[in-house]
Amino acid sequence: MTDEITQTISTYITTQILKQPKRSLSPDEPLISNGLVDSFSLVDLSLFIEKTYHVYIDDTELNRQTFDTLSQLVNLVKSRM
Amino acid sequence: MDTIAERLLHINAQAPRSVAIHLLFNHAPEQLIHYEDLVQGSSAYTLALQQAGVQPGEVVILILEHGADLLCAFFGAILNGSIPAIMPFLTEKLSPEHYRRSLISLFEITKPAAVVTYPKFKEEVSQAIIPGSSVRVTLTSNQVVTLPNSALPSFDSGLNRLPAEIVLLQHSSGTTGLQKGVALSHQAIFNQLNSYTRALKLARSDVIVSWLPLYHDMGLIAGFLLPILSGVPLVLISPFDWIRAPHMLLQAVSRYKGTLSWLPNFAFNFCAQKIRDRDLQGVDLSSWRAVSNCSEPMYWKSHQMFLERFLPYGLRPPALTTCYAMAENVFAVSQGGIQTPVIVDKISQRGLLMDHLATPAVNDNEAINMLSAGLPIDNTRIMILDEHLVELPDRHLGEIAISSDCMLTGYYNRPDLNAHAFHQGWYLTGDLGYLANGEVYVTGRKKDLIIVGGKNIYPQDLENLAGEVKGIHPGRVAAFGIPNEMTGTEDVVIIAEVDAAGINRSLDELEDLPEFERLADEIRLRVTRGSDIALRLVKLVERGWLIKTSSGKIARNANREKYLIGLKAG
Repeated sequence: MTDEITQTISTYITTQILKQPKRSLSPDEPLISNGLVDSFSLVDLSLFIEKTYHVYIDDTELNRQTFDTLSQLVNLVKSRM
Repeated sequence: MDTIAERLLHINAQAPRSVAIHLLFNHAPEQLIHYEDLVQGSSAYTLALQQAGVQPGEVVILILEHGADLLCAFFGAILNGSIPAIMPFLTEKLSPEHYRRSLISLFEITKPAAVVTYPKFKEEVSQAIIPGSSVRVTLTSNQVVTLPNSALPSFDSGLNRLPAEIVLLQHSSGTTGLQKGVALSHQAIFNQLNSYTRALKLARSDVIVSWLPLYHDMGLIAGFLLPILSGVPLVLISPFDWIRAPHMLLQAVSRYKGTLSWLPNFAFNFCAQKIRDRDLQGVDLSSWRAVSNCSEPMYWKSHQMFLERFLPYGLRPPALTTCYAMAENVFAVSQGGIQTPVIVDKISQRGLLMDHLATPAVNDNEAINMLSAGLPIDNTRIMILDEHLVELPDRHLGEIAISSDCMLTGYYNRPDLNAHAFHQGWYLTGDLGYLANGEVYVTGRKKDLIIVGGKNIYPQDLENLAGEVKGIHPGRVAAFGIPNEMTGTEDVVIIAEVDAAGINRSLDELEDLPEFERLADEIRLRVTRGSDIALRLVKLVERGWLIKTSSGKIARNANREKYLIGLKAG
């Protein structure tokens, strides 16, 4: 299941946020601190995850401390499912 | 009343227990700041500055996060007669090295006597104070002692300032912006506030709700000084929290019966698209009488999206208003939608682009709906000039020039810029637009400035950052903005020529190179760390792709066109 969630979120980020569909994301790449995902897109990302997996992500969790990498984000999603 | 200090103390003397500010953070109880609390908190900073020997007329740089300390340090400096300038705080994305460089360049130009910051940030600031620096004092928020209201320090040094003297400096962001401090006098601010108060029909019964940062003119003037110095309550939301929880604005309007707000265009889209229904339960927006779209190009569509989403919550259609503003005029140049609804001018896109005329559209396919920014406020005049600085008639597209009694004193310590900013007493805004029946329409910019979410970004700052990336040919980078109707603001695009590897290789061949992805990432990283801007698109191209001017400089507009044509071609 982890692989599937990772793939779905990764595809969303590369196609919808980065607009670089060919781009691959490694699970431990910093997303926020490396400038890949900005604060406008963070809200989009959380709405997408809520809609896709029916989990609740609080707006206070949209920061680098809660998740900065794909694997941290996937763990967060899984812990709420 | 002659000075800002006098006005603040006067309001406090009349109604010390009136609420000046409801300060809101997400998931925290509101902080109530009454006028007497504001004066008391500010006087602690005044005293600390006095004891540290900071003189009236000297610049004090404030490096504090959004919150009570920032508000008090700001007025504390003014009550001492010193000149506050707010520097955006270091964010988690910015690299400390770039931030330090920005500070050094800010210090070099503004020559501040003092910096106010947190104890934990003192070390960072001290590294920017290089030998020979003007900074004598670094005051930390814990050194400030609040005195009882019966024992406040003397405010004579603030009260004795002259109306024509400078009261504050306003900067826009980035290396270039920080070197251009807009210096404003007490008189200019009063003239703006008085005129804008009439334009808005502002009354004590109003409630202003803002989430805007105070280092921005819209936040500092409309979302801070206007209410505080008019005795109108202000509900002030942390901008840091708002961007993650945009519903805070709507909930605050509902809870405090807010009447006036100012938003950059993107915020209309952002609120319409990114708020969950569950966060709007019970929200009532019927008290909102003016939500002014201001500080970046305005889209008719953004207003429609906002209306559609919030009509069910009581939003009244005439509440959507417009404003054209700039720090150089303190704030507002014009205001639309207060007396009568905002005019939507349906013009021909072709006429605008080809003939530089705003002519009525003949069919819907080629129509653009221009939102009027309204009539000039009553102390400000607008003129449209052609490239030879000759006045143009109605509906002719040209550069917007303004004249008023609330203009900037000048760019602080920048006589070189001041010489070019004015023509026969008219300030040349660099914005393009037209006048029709006295109302102003802003269509674009003459200067290569990018505006994202209301924030001014100088493309050269981004180009310099991208040009530092190894593997990118130095000087062969173009940064520009392209409008995005979905987000309601501009996407920032960088096109960079790949160095040695880019010679005699096609784009397809380039994309297969192992370092291709790394280069694009590195550019994103550098730009974000150095400017706090996340790039929407990074396009790497082969050598010779970028168009240059006859003088060998990168022609941003031409490259922007080339990029857009490429997109259309698929």
